[in-house]
Amino acid sequence: MNKIDILITGVGGQGTILAGKILGQLALNANLDVKMAETHGMAQRGGSVITHVRLGEKVYSPLIPLGAADFLLSFEQLETMRWLPYLRRGGTIIYHTRSLAPLPVLCKQMSYPAHIPEQLDALEVQVIPVTGENTPVEKNPRVLNITLLGVLSKHLPFKQEQWLEALENTVPPKFLDLNKEAFLAGQSL
Amino acid sequence: MKVILSGNEAIARGAYEAGVTVATAYPGTPSTEILENLATYPGVNCSWCPNEKVALEVAAGASLGGARVLVAMKHVGLNVAADPFMTLAYTGIEGGLILVCADDPGMFSSQNEQDNRYYARMAKVPMLEPADSEEARLMVKEALDISEKFDTPVLLRTTTRVSHSRSIVNVEDEPSRAIRPYSKKAAKYVMLPAFARLRHEEVEKRRKRLIDFATTHPMNIIEKGSSELGIITAGVSYHYAKEAFPEASFLKLGLSYPLSPELIKDFASQVKKIYMVEELEPLLENDIKAMGIKVHGKDLLPRTGELRPEIVAQGWQKNIWQGVNAPATEKLPGRPPLFCPGCGHRGALYTLKRLKLTVTGDIGCYTLGALPPLEAMDSCICMGASVGTAFGMEKADPSAWQKTVAVIGDSTFLHSGITALMDVVYNKGKTTVIILDNGTTAMTGHQDHPATGQTLQKEPTYAVDLEALVRSLGVSRVRVENPLQLDAFRQAVKEELSVPEPSVIIARYPCALKQRLQNEPPLVVKENCIGCKACLGIGCPALSLEETGPAEDQGLTVAIDEDICNGCNLCTQLCRYGALQPGEGKGETK
Repeated sequence: MNKIDILITGVGGQGTILAGKILGQLALNANLDVKMAETHGMAQRGGSVITHVRLGEKVYSPLIPLGAADFLLSFEQLETMRWLPYLRRGGTIIYHTRSLAPLPVLCKQMSYPAHIPEQLDALEVQVIPVTGENTPVEKNPRVLNITLLGVLSKHLPFKQEQWLEALENTVPPKFLDLNKEAFLAGQSL
Repeated sequence: MKVILSGNEAIARGAYEAGVTVATAYPGTPSTEILENLATYPGVNCSWCPNEKVALEVAAGASLGGARVLVAMKHVGLNVAADPFMTLAYTGIEGGLILVCADDPGMFSSQNEQDNRYYARMAKVPMLEPADSEEARLMVKEALDISEKFDTPVLLRTTTRVSHSRSIVNVEDEPSRAIRPYSKKAAKYVMLPAFARLRHEEVEKRRKRLIDFATTHPMNIIEKGSSELGIITAGVSYHYAKEAFPEASFLKLGLSYPLSPELIKDFASQVKKIYMVEELEPLLENDIKAMGIKVHGKDLLPRTGELRPEIVAQGWQKNIWQGVNAPATEKLPGRPPLFCPGCGHRGALYTLKRLKLTVTGDIGCYTLGALPPLEAMDSCICMGASVGTAFGMEKADPSAWQKTVAVIGDSTFLHSGITALMDVVYNKGKTTVIILDNGTTAMTGHQDHPATGQTLQKEPTYAVDLEALVRSLGVSRVRVENPLQLDAFRQAVKEELSVPEPSVIIARYPCALKQRLQNEPPLVVKENCIGCKACLGIGCPALSLEETGPAEDQGLTVAIDEDICNGCNLCTQLCRYGALQPGEGKGETK
């Protein structure tokens, strides 16, 4: 299998680390090599966070080189724009269309960038917007990370059972059903 | 068995497998999870210590008592522990002692990016540098073996990208945990000058033996590739270089101090050009240049920040990865970290800003109060510095005490603020100190400390009484205030600043992440909002302005994101027009 580089971006607290862990477990169960790099500490307090995930036969750097990511899996519009330079030419963007205003926008010092979907569509890449409508995300924004993994799963060479097994290995039992539901909802979008 | 572990989890695993029975630390990003994880294994006595110096001293004692020991800290923590560290290098050890120090190139959560590889050179102590989680696990074991074989503490130096990256680890079973019997060796452990002179001779002999040891050490690996380019590297930089130059020859230094000239010269003779790939300081580069070997390094690579694969490639004029033609990202609104909804620090720092005070700050979540919109901090140097800095300003300008306060967290005060407050009292200062007491070490992820009443293992223990502690230092004006009661808190600060003697305000409010309030969000009465933005001055992410409603000013009215509002009611105290009215269930906690 060719190496797959996935950059997961979001806002502190949205679950980028858990999404990375599930991808890692998926790779481990499939006997692949995997490396991940995460944001901890000060930046987590509502700041912009990213998790690098790289899987393949052999992975060296835990950081995806700038311009090398096959997938940008983004939980928020503005963060999609911020981390876009990591995406390779011909890569794929899967992003949640919700916008979360950062402090400069909340305080009306700056405005939230307009026309992000149009800007993304103008790039020569595959763009998959996810609204979350008619999925468990509507009721519970905390499962957004899992639903987006469901969308991503359609582009990766793993079977549904492998994904569900990775979820079982990673998610605490009491949240497992909710997360499976969120994953399958994403997969059926 | 194969599992995925972060570097820190792998270090804990390695310590467990190597028979470590005592481990100590003070939390600090990116090192914190080492002790948190090690504490989950049976048979290891793990503890948070008040600071890194104490942690290393307890570790030294445990080693003297015959146990295998691990002590963990972030890079700047080793500055605090440098005093015992330097002399521990002389005394040597009984049970193996490994000091894990986690550097933070790029400063993701630190006040500087000092290169702690200097400490190995300064103390003449061997150092290992893992490049991923499996190496981290193996190197803990190797470090303890080296420690016992050479009678020395050993540094295991990680960086953020090793500690906080996850990769595959082969876990093994634990060995038996044997304690060496204690026997008195005063000439080795009592560092009187006469004894210390003899020990320094031993340190030099040890250093020379370690150089020979490094020549054939299996963790110093030569990977034969093209003879055109040879790369000498250590730690995670190896992986970046491997990514950029898969065809090159490599000398990867696992035991990266001391260096073996024999090994380096052997490698240098096999390649035409040498590219030194190391983060921060040119330490390997300088040592290797001193051997008379010509290399490239910091002439091509930055001396600040962390490296990344593309930086290593570009340094050698190689462009590999072709990204999308993305629109410029510089002008996008930033997303700085900020205080959580319901955080008590917000009320305290808002008050200090409104009073236009000079605020000497410290290390913790509250340092975020330096950022807009609060911008209520004038300095932040290191753990505990706020108190001494405020007192120093008073010495420079005798009237400064009336307009200056020090702010310091509870954990930070216990770490290294106590002695500075003692100095204020002893040397007749008039400083006002605000201890922001949220009952935890919040920034690093809610670790316990000597005033929380719980150990690392969550066992109940004596909780330091901060009021009594401060009084015992000679501060007679001590009061406890709720920083989210703005009027009362403001009054308290004004009163303490008006008194020409040392005073301490304990601003006590539980960390919002740890203890969520069950208050309802404030009631928003849109008709009353005039869009004055007074409430936005506190920088709460739950508050915003909406372009709706009958507002007169710019057509904006306040809105609350009820999903994230914590119901702290701070904003309702700022609204003079009744647009934000207190939610119900005031002050009760779940």
